[in-house]
Amino acid sequence: MKNSAKVVVIGGGVVGLAVAYNLARLGVKDVVVLERAYLGSGATSRCGAGIRQQWGTEMNCKLAKKSMDIFEEMNEMLEVKRDIELKQKGYLLLAFSDKEMEQFRKNLEVQSKFDIPSREVTPEEAKEIVPHLNLEGIVGGAFCPTDGHANPFLVTEAYAKAAKRLGVEIYTYTEALDIEKKNDKITAVLTDKGKIKTDKVVNTAGGYSQQIGEMVDLELPVKSERHEILVTEKVAPLQGPMVMSFSYNIYCQQTPEGPFLMGYGDPNEPESYNINASWHFLEEMTKKATRLLPPLKHIRVVRQWAGLYNITPDRQPIIAEAEEVPGFYMAIGFSGHGFMIAPMTGVILAEMIADEELSMDLKLDLGRFERGDLILEPSVV
Amino acid sequence: MDSDNTIICRCEDLTLAEVQEVIDEGYTTIEEIKRICRLGMGPCRGSTCLQLIDRILANQQNCGREEIKMPTNRPPLEGIKMMEIAGDADEK
Repeated sequence: MKNSAKVVVIGGGVVGLAVAYNLARLGVKDVVVLERAYLGSGATSRCGAGIRQQWGTEMNCKLAKKSMDIFEEMNEMLEVKRDIELKQKGYLLLAFSDKEMEQFRKNLEVQSKFDIPSREVTPEEAKEIVPHLNLEGIVGGAFCPTDGHANPFLVTEAYAKAAKRLGVEIYTYTEALDIEKKNDKITAVLTDKGKIKTDKVVNTAGGYSQQIGEMVDLELPVKSERHEILVTEKVAPLQGPMVMSFSYNIYCQQTPEGPFLMGYGDPNEPESYNINASWHFLEEMTKKATRLLPPLKHIRVVRQWAGLYNITPDRQPIIAEAEEVPGFYMAIGFSGHGFMIAPMTGVILAEMIADEELSMDLKLDLGRFERGDLILEPSVV
Repeated sequence: MDSDNTIICRCEDLTLAEVQEVIDEGYTTIEEIKRICRLGMGPCRGSTCLQLIDRILANQQNCGREEIKMPTNRPPLEGIKMMEIAGDADEK
């Protein structure tokens, strides 16, 4: 293992690897990634694998659109061995009240400024897009045909391999134990395999990001929460788009391989590091899914699991350097939508670290919570 | 053994040659291998392939099969139709 590095990235999920790849692409030498298990073993490979551009704030629309642009080019850009399984069959968002529909219309206006090809749909049009949809209670929806899916394992692998080719060293099964500071400046990262001298650390530890913050005496405004998910057996292509509703509280898509993947957010889920699957979820999930998409009742559930959302007070990530600790960078608190914006997150955070001009304006600093300057994004799950 | 015609994972139709290729790329654990090539992720939930992959890895790593860590066992034990869990009260 190296004993010094220009930048040490803590967390080998999709975000950490996207940051490392982009650092190397910008010419930063000596980048190290630490991952305590295997790559993508945390939230990345537990996520719903959806990619959505239908957001309600300009910044999120831009982040999501530019990330999708990268996903579209990713096979070539990262010279992948395995196709990332990008499927662009859309996201169909369902509104169950006029108020919700009104919000969708406002969002659509914002999205149109960034060439996101989303549009309003009537219940009848929604049924044309997803013929097995039960329209009961649905007042309308929004559809973006270029939203979709990519395989989180293979995207992670693609970034990891491309980063390695550019000289990034990735240490799996290597845990960061502490961060040493001298006069408020970072001097080294201590791992269970030895010490790495550095003055720049990137916290991309997902559900455990607050623990990395503690290592530099920062109390980060994030909490972790279990979110459960299930997958069915493979069936013939039945559903093109991801079907999603904020109010009915569901997301459900058929992945390119054939299985359905679905989840919902339990409003009573406590803050914890628990990632055990529960019977309660299985029962609620199957009820919700079969009510909205009745033919799914004949399909078998083959597996359920859980992962951690790392949640901030405004459910928007923190992508910034900590003012209190120079050299401590973060891409954390993605609140359930980290995978879909990982490509652009990697670009921007690498630009911040390398002191390059930023590809887009980003106001996702840590200080906004203390200032009370929260981001008001209406479209979060 | 004809590794192109030896099926390791029947659900995902993976041959020994395909699995070996993933191992040769440096993936050393079943958790990683399953995420890359879907070994064990089909409806039989790894009932055959997990008994084979641990031998392959043990051979490769010169250790006993008991030293190869099995992936997390996830519920349910076997595939169950959604309606059997949800109940079918709304059926008309």
